[in-house]
Amino acid sequence: MYDLPDARGHFGPYGGVFVAETLIQALHELKAAYARYRDDPEFQAEFAHELKHYVGRPSPVYHARRWSERFGGAQVYLKREDLNHTGAHKINNVIGQALLARRMGKRRVIAETGAGMHGVAAATIAARYGMECVVYMGTEDVRRQVQNVYCMKLLGATVVPVESGSKTLKDALNEAMRDWVTHVENTFYIIGTVAGPHPYPVMVRDFQSVIGREAREQMPELAGRQPDAVLACVGGGSNAMGIFYAYIPDEAVRLIGVEAAGHGLESGQHAATLCTGKPGVLHGNRTYLLQDENGQILETHSISAGLDYPGVGPEHAWLKDSGRAEYVSVTDEEALQAFHDLCRLEGIMPALESAHALAYAAKIAPKMGKDQILLVNLSGRGDKDMHTVAERSGIKRGAKSNENFISSLLVRLLQGNKGRYPGFHSKSAGGFAVSSLSDT
Amino acid sequence: MSRIAATFAALKKQGRKALIPFITSGDPDPKLTVPLMHALAKAGADVIELGVPFSDPMADGPVIQRSSERALKHGESLKRVLDHVVEFRRTDRATPVVVFGYANPFEALGLERFADAAKAADADGVLVVDYPPEEAQSLVELLDARGLDTIFLLSPTTTDERLGEVAKLGRGYLYYVSLRGVTGASHIDFSDVARRVQHVRRFTGLPVGVGFGIRDAATAKVIAAVSDAVVIGSALIQQMEKAPQDKVTSEAMRFLTPIREALDELSAVKT
Repeated sequence: MYDLPDARGHFGPYGGVFVAETLIQALHELKAAYARYRDDPEFQAEFAHELKHYVGRPSPVYHARRWSERFGGAQVYLKREDLNHTGAHKINNVIGQALLARRMGKRRVIAETGAGMHGVAAATIAARYGMECVVYMGTEDVRRQVQNVYCMKLLGATVVPVESGSKTLKDALNEAMRDWVTHVENTFYIIGTVAGPHPYPVMVRDFQSVIGREAREQMPELAGRQPDAVLACVGGGSNAMGIFYAYIPDEAVRLIGVEAAGHGLESGQHAATLCTGKPGVLHGNRTYLLQDENGQILETHSISAGLDYPGVGPEHAWLKDSGRAEYVSVTDEEALQAFHDLCRLEGIMPALESAHALAYAAKIAPKMGKDQILLVNLSGRGDKDMHTVAERSGIKRGAKSNENFISSLLVRLLQGNKGRYPGFHSKSAGGFAVSSLSDT
Repeated sequence: MSRIAATFAALKKQGRKALIPFITSGDPDPKLTVPLMHALAKAGADVIELGVPFSDPMADGPVIQRSSERALKHGESLKRVLDHVVEFRRTDRATPVVVFGYANPFEALGLERFADAAKAADADGVLVVDYPPEEAQSLVELLDARGLDTIFLLSPTTTDERLGEVAKLGRGYLYYVSLRGVTGASHIDFSDVARRVQHVRRFTGLPVGVGFGIRDAATAKVIAAVSDAVVIGSALIQQMEKAPQDKVTSEAMRFLTPIREALDELSAVKT
């Protein structure tokens, strides 16, 4: 029976609690609270109620017939996490952690975000539960995901741009950890993925595992049986763990995690941690990392901000080593192709993250039999990526690039709102409307 | 007896408090690291904490993070940190050196290879910030076998149960982090530190050093009055940052000297 992690948060050699002593007590409190509420019927009932009435679960499974026809092989089904409130799987976990935060009496929540989907989900729940919310986001991601930044501000959150390091998700995580260690008495840190120190990887997995549980019920109804393979993109790996977990005991089902190969594995500009990395310690857990020979963490590249991370959840590291799951990668170009194909053939605009999983399905489906089934976790919707895709496709608006057009529009919107709402005391940094560090 | 233990024993006999400066190896330039270490010793450092730069220093504030980034730009690595210790030892065989850093560079080198190299370099102690006692077992065994000290952190939130555990595993001295937050933060509650250090002493005979938030002679003196050692990192590096490169060592000495004097006034009052 699969019953990882152990009591100390280890998945084989991975996971654990690799943090400074200053954070240990906060993690112990969290572990105790989670142990108390994990099987508490009242907690679980409230969680289920929120997932149903606020998120809109269960999310449907959809048979992508036209797309499948093109392959002439396996039938592809999509688990529609993009239809959740806030447009991605992230909200499942955020609700779970926010309910825990309320029970622990924490009035302030913080979060890190890459693509912005986790930040938006955290800001959403903070609004819903009347909590203060601070979101850390690398300035590179702020640039790429300007709409989500605006969205978080509309929801009343403070967005803190992070200038250090590679200015992406890993640096946002560092900064959120620093905030947490400083404000640990009143603050709950909502980590957005299945990484970080124990108990985060197991807790986030548990909250996301609703995806796979639903799919196991839906697939027989819709397709008459379970799929031959389940595919999901892997950055930190929360949507993948969410859909994989219920399938782990079912050895007949292949589990395939798809990482971001960026400009290609040989280019060195990618985020394919499990495919090319080595085990090490970062952000509180032992796992595979993209690192140089001296153990310094490497800067990563992916067209999708949500996959642009040099680590990966420790349970994925274990699933890789144990052979239960396989991990592959697709390039920016391949993901973009899948993005466009799904738009044109199914009328569904996927997030660029999810487009990686779709792209790998497109690779293997033609080689499979027509009676075979692939289930892809469509983890988020692509509205946030429109300007990235437009930029890559060379779509211009007058003399200005599309991105500049959108950002200048947002700057104007924000300036128009100045003073009318709290949280809108914004400065324009690098052409984008974001709160500066001094605002917090 | 380890060099660290001998140093603290001698200080205790003299009624003096230890001054422990922290610098990041390779910052602002690897050429300056050994001269800086000698300058710190000359200014009265009893132990030197030599930081191993890391790309993601989660527990540090902006000052030490910047110093890490500067060192990494020069290609500083754990191996080079140990090279600096070798060079330092050519002329200073007395001042203990603690290699201080985050887990990943140690694991990338390999813990056993590191332990051998640290022993060969004649370093004295190792503090891995993100190895709490739960995850430090193998490091402690490797270092114990070579007579090197594993230093552990304590925080204001460390429970009695963990104090007992840390006291069992810790060697050399314990490093009490006086603040919640990251290095370089500013508010320090002196009476709280005094109470906590007294409490820690019920669990261990090891010397207790205090760090985080000590900025100058005045704060150092107050903290030293209730502990065995003061650790100064961010405030020192901040001074060094302001100086042109050819003045970095003299600036470090200029900053530490009044702190050393303040600590010694304390022992003069006592004796």
